[in-house]
Parts: sequence; C-alpha cells; structure tokens
Amino acid sequence: MAAVEQDTAVRTGGISRVFIYGILLIFMLFYMMPLFVMVANSLKPLGEITGGNMMALPEVWTLEPWRQAWSAAQIGVEPTGLKPYFLNSILMVVPAVVISTILGALNGYVLTKWSFRGDKIIFGLLLFSCFIPFQIVLIPMATVLGKLGLAGSIPGLVLVHVVYGIGFSTLYFRNYYASFPTELVRAAMIDGAGFFRIFWRIMLPVSGPIIVVTVIWQFTNIWNDFLFGASFGGQSQPMTVALNNLVQSSTGVKEYNVHFAGAILAALPTLIVYIIAGRFFVRGLMAGSVKG
Amino acid sequence: MGFLEIRNATKSYGNVKVLHQVDISVEEGEFLVLVGPSGCGKSTLLNMIAGLEGISTGEIAIRGRVMNGVHPSKRNIAMVFQSYALYPNMTVGQNMTFSLEMHGVPKAEREKALRDVGKLLQIENLLDRKPGQLSGGQRQRVAMGRALVRNPDVFLFDEPLSNLDAKLRVDMRTEIKKLHEKLKTTIVYVTHDQIEAMTLSTRIAVMYQGYVQQLGTPKEIYDTPANVYVATFMGSPAMNVMPVRVVMKDGVPHAQITDAKGAEQLLKFSQPNLAAWDGSDILLGIRPESITDPDGADRNSRNIVPLRNLVGITEPAGADTFVAMSLGGKDIIARMRADANVASGQDFDFAINMEKAVAFDPKTEERIKP
Repeated sequence: MAAVEQDTAVRTGGISRVFIYGILLIFMLFYMMPLFVMVANSLKPLGEITGGNMMALPEVWTLEPWRQAWSAAQIGVEPTGLKPYFLNSILMVVPAVVISTILGALNGYVLTKWSFRGDKIIFGLLLFSCFIPFQIVLIPMATVLGKLGLAGSIPGLVLVHVVYGIGFSTLYFRNYYASFPTELVRAAMIDGAGFFRIFWRIMLPVSGPIIVVTVIWQFTNIWNDFLFGASFGGQSQPMTVALNNLVQSSTGVKEYNVHFAGAILAALPTLIVYIIAGRFFVRGLMAGSVKG
Repeated sequence: MGFLEIRNATKSYGNVKVLHQVDISVEEGEFLVLVGPSGCGKSTLLNMIAGLEGISTGEIAIRGRVMNGVHPSKRNIAMVFQSYALYPNMTVGQNMTFSLEMHGVPKAEREKALRDVGKLLQIENLLDRKPGQLSGGQRQRVAMGRALVRNPDVFLFDEPLSNLDAKLRVDMRTEIKKLHEKLKTTIVYVTHDQIEAMTLSTRIAVMYQGYVQQLGTPKEIYDTPANVYVATFMGSPAMNVMPVRVVMKDGVPHAQITDAKGAEQLLKFSQPNLAAWDGSDILLGIRPESITDPDGADRNSRNIVPLRNLVGITEPAGADTFVAMSLGGKDIIARMRADANVASGQDFDFAINMEKAVAFDPKTEERIKP
C-alpha cells in the first residue's frame, strides 16, 4: 500500500477516498451486469427465463444448457453443439497468432536495426494495411484463396489472418525495438553473432512485454472475427460463425439459456487470455513511453 | 608499415563528406586518441575501423590485411561502447564470453579466459550478476572485460568514460592507462575530453570538421599546435590567442600589443624568423600558465618578458589563481600561483614566458614554424 501511495500524483484524504471507491464500485456493477445476466441465465432451465425472471438468480441450478451448447445443440443442420467449431477456432487462432507475431517481430527487428533504403516506405505500407476495411478485400481475397487452393479451409483462414495481422504486429515490434539500443546490436555484431543469432539471443529475450501485447491483440481479433470466418470458412467455420448459427436459427423454440451458455463459451478464451496476461498488456503498451 | 593503417580514408553520405582524406599509421602497442568536438567525424572513423560503417574511398588495414568490406567479427577487434552495450538478459560472465561462444571456442577455454580477465579487472565476484544490478563503474569494467577476453589485435573505445560521474571518470582513466601499460595493447580511443586525450595517449589526432587537424604526441600537440583550432581546443583554460604587430627592435622581432589601458607594449619573440613578418599583423598564442607572477615564472626559460597590466578579475581555484585581463583587445587568462598577491582593478607585474609563445598566420590560422 505504501508503494501505491508513493506513486500517486495527488494525495487523497478519507472522504474523497470513499467517494472515489463508491464511483468505482458503481461502474464496476454497471459493467459486470451483462456478464451476470449471461452467467445466471445460462444456469437456469428455459422455463425460468420465459417466465420473465431475467435478472434473478436461478431457482433450479442446472448445467444442462452448457452441455447442450457444447455438444448437442443444432448448429445449421447438424446437432453437433459448438464443440467442433471451438476446435476449428483453436486450430485457426494458434497458428495465425504464432506466425503473425514471429513475422511482426522479424519485421520490427529489420526495420529498426537493419535499416535499408526505403524502409520507411515499406513500414508505411505495412501500417497502411491496418486501415484497410475487411469488406474491401473480401472478393480479391476469395480469388487468391481459390487460386492457392485454400478456399474453405483452416489454412486459408490462417493465411488471411496472418496477412491482416502483420501490419499491427509489425507496428508493435517496430516501435518497441526503436527504443532498443542499437549499440547492443553493434556489440553483438562485433562479437560475431549473425542476423538470426542477434535476434534470438539479444532481441527476443527482452521482448517479453511486447510479445504479450501482440499475442493478446492478435488472439482477440482473430478469435472474435466473424466476417472472414463466415466468408472463407467453408466446412471449417470458426466459433463465432457457429454461435451466430445457433442464436439466429429461426425454427423451433428459442433456447435462451443455451444461447447464453454458447455465448460465454465463445467469449471464454479471450477472457482467459486477458485475465492471465492482462497486466502485462498495459505494461507492454506503456513500455518505452516512460524511461525505466 | 604500421600495425593499423588508415590510408586516405574518406566517408561521405550522399554528397556530404563527413571525413576527408584521413591518413594515420598506428604502431603496435600505441594508444591513439581521436579527439574533437561532436560532429567532427571521430566516432565515424572509429566505426569505420570497427567495420560498422563502410569506407567510401581509401583503405583501412590491420596487420597488413586490408579490412575494407571485412565483417566486424572477422577483424579481430573489440569495442567498448559509450553506453557499455552490455546484454541485459545475460549475466556478466555470459556477456564476457559471448564473443568466444560465437567464435566456437570450447567451454573450458572460455571459462579460463573469463577467470583470467575477471581477476585482472577485479570483477570475479560479479560474474553471476546481471548488468542491471551493477553500478556505472562496474558496468564499465565489465564492458572492458568483454573486450579483453577476446585478446584482439586492436581495442576500440568509443567515449567509454563519458557516462561516469567526475570522480569515477578520473579513477577509471588511471585504470585504463595502467591496463594499457601492463598489456601493451593497441588502442584507438575516441573522446571529446582533451584532458583524457592528453593523459592517456601516446599520440593524439585532433579532429575538426572531418579533417585531422594535427597528429602528434601529447607534448607536440600542446606545445606546438598546428593551427589556432588545435591551440584553443587542447588545454584548459584554452590558449590565449591575440592579434599583435611584429616590429623590429635591436634587430630582434617583437610583438607590439595593446594593454588594458590602451598603451602599446613590446614583447620580445624567441623566434628569429618572425623578422620576415616585420610590420605585419599576426596572431600570438600564449598558454595561461606562461603568463604568471614574476616569482612563478619558469626558471629554465631564456626569455621571460615583464608586462605591467591592469587586472580584470581574479578567480581563485585552489591550486592556482586565474586572472582575467584585457590584452591585445582580447580577454585573456593568466595563471598565478595560488597565493600570488594580485587584486582586481589594480596594476600588476606579470611575467610572460615568450619561449613558449606560438605565432600564427592571421589568414590561414596555421602556425608559423620557427
């Protein structure tokens, strides 16, 4: 606590402290409300929801909606639940995140420490890719995927997300490495380390914070993507598309409890990533802005 | 044929020439200091020797082997950087043996080299620490240790002491000098600090605006500066340079100079060939320590000239007292003994050691050689 007090810009007294915490509490409750509604309703039988008790805790606690959503619900025509799509998403997200992060790190390394004629333009063009709306590239992308024979497959989705991800991951790593002392690279060169050895032994070991930032950013974006998944997923659609199919199906009874459970399942991985690595995220974003 | 030869080396970035025709030959075991203000090209030259910057024209050779285009790691050099450039993720020991590891030296040999150098620099107890846990002086030692383990042909130092506080800087300076005398290695050392240059070097290259202004031993540079720039750059306080007129008296050239009250005074030159400049204006350079109180004058000098002048202000500095006054229309500095009886606003009899005076051509600012 003492350390926190030392770090604060303005010292606050008892009354204002109560006020601040009160406001914070109100906002916390406000933001937690949707999560509460989702969790509470996913643990009720459908009857309790249609009975009009959305905000109440379940009278009868049940995990049945979760089981339904995971392995039995009707997704499209098959009663498979979300399970296979969850797997699709994992198979798509992991390689896409890993590849785009590695490429971003290499790009950042080259753009800052092995500068060449025109590197600023290349970086500008890479950065430009961050601002191209997804919808514009749908048709050209479909053509490219078709020519490569990757249409409607997970590798195709991985490629799409890597291409879109490189812009951001390069931006992150370039800015991080820009404040990394070039003398270290020169020292390593004189010591006899080559291009990849310098990267592996000198740069990567100190890149922890920015790797976390990039991984969280890429993971969240790719996991949550709907448009590319729906357009290029084919038979291997990701979780987001399946959730849509589950919730939007227009036949039969709307099983709200199952929908809530499915929505939580779809959001869970990003939530977990944030909880585990979130504090590194902020630290990484701030890195370099303040001298250590 | 020198150990390290820089032949006609130039460096240009596009149309901008930052280094002009540098010719330096360094013998084995020499301690060459490149000194100059920032932007003079000294670090560029060092980086060219290291291979971190290309050579636009000319050649650099180490041990007779031309190094143009040779990769830095293949030149058998080691460099100590201004920021030390220690790898933050490695321990001190790993930092120091990294280059040996990269060159495929077996582990047992690496450990031995590490122990030897650790002992030499008294950092054996730091080998398991990370650079972040070290003080500035310790980091400096580790950076030197990293260079030493390789046993290179040439050591390159890029302003290695400029990140240390004043006291530590003096200590480390002595240490580097001791190390050089012990190991007899060839060193090229870049600094902007002329005192470092004077104390450490066996030879100094004074650089300015991409030119080597003068290359010589510290004594040559100090006593016979090649031009006004070198004269005023080396030495603290700087050499006094003032305009005088050469006049002949008793067949000997004298400097006619205006004192603080506007009266003309004559100072006898020790340089007979200045007779050729009879009647013309030249620049006279006198170091502060050559203008003293009469008792403090150099007893070995054959040409002490008295001068009575109005004292401007006095600056007691402990070991000496500096006196500022007007002479030849310039503010000049004289250096008295600490307890010289001199007071501001009064006339005082100074003694000028004209044997040490230097004359410069006012147009070219080059020294007029005797």
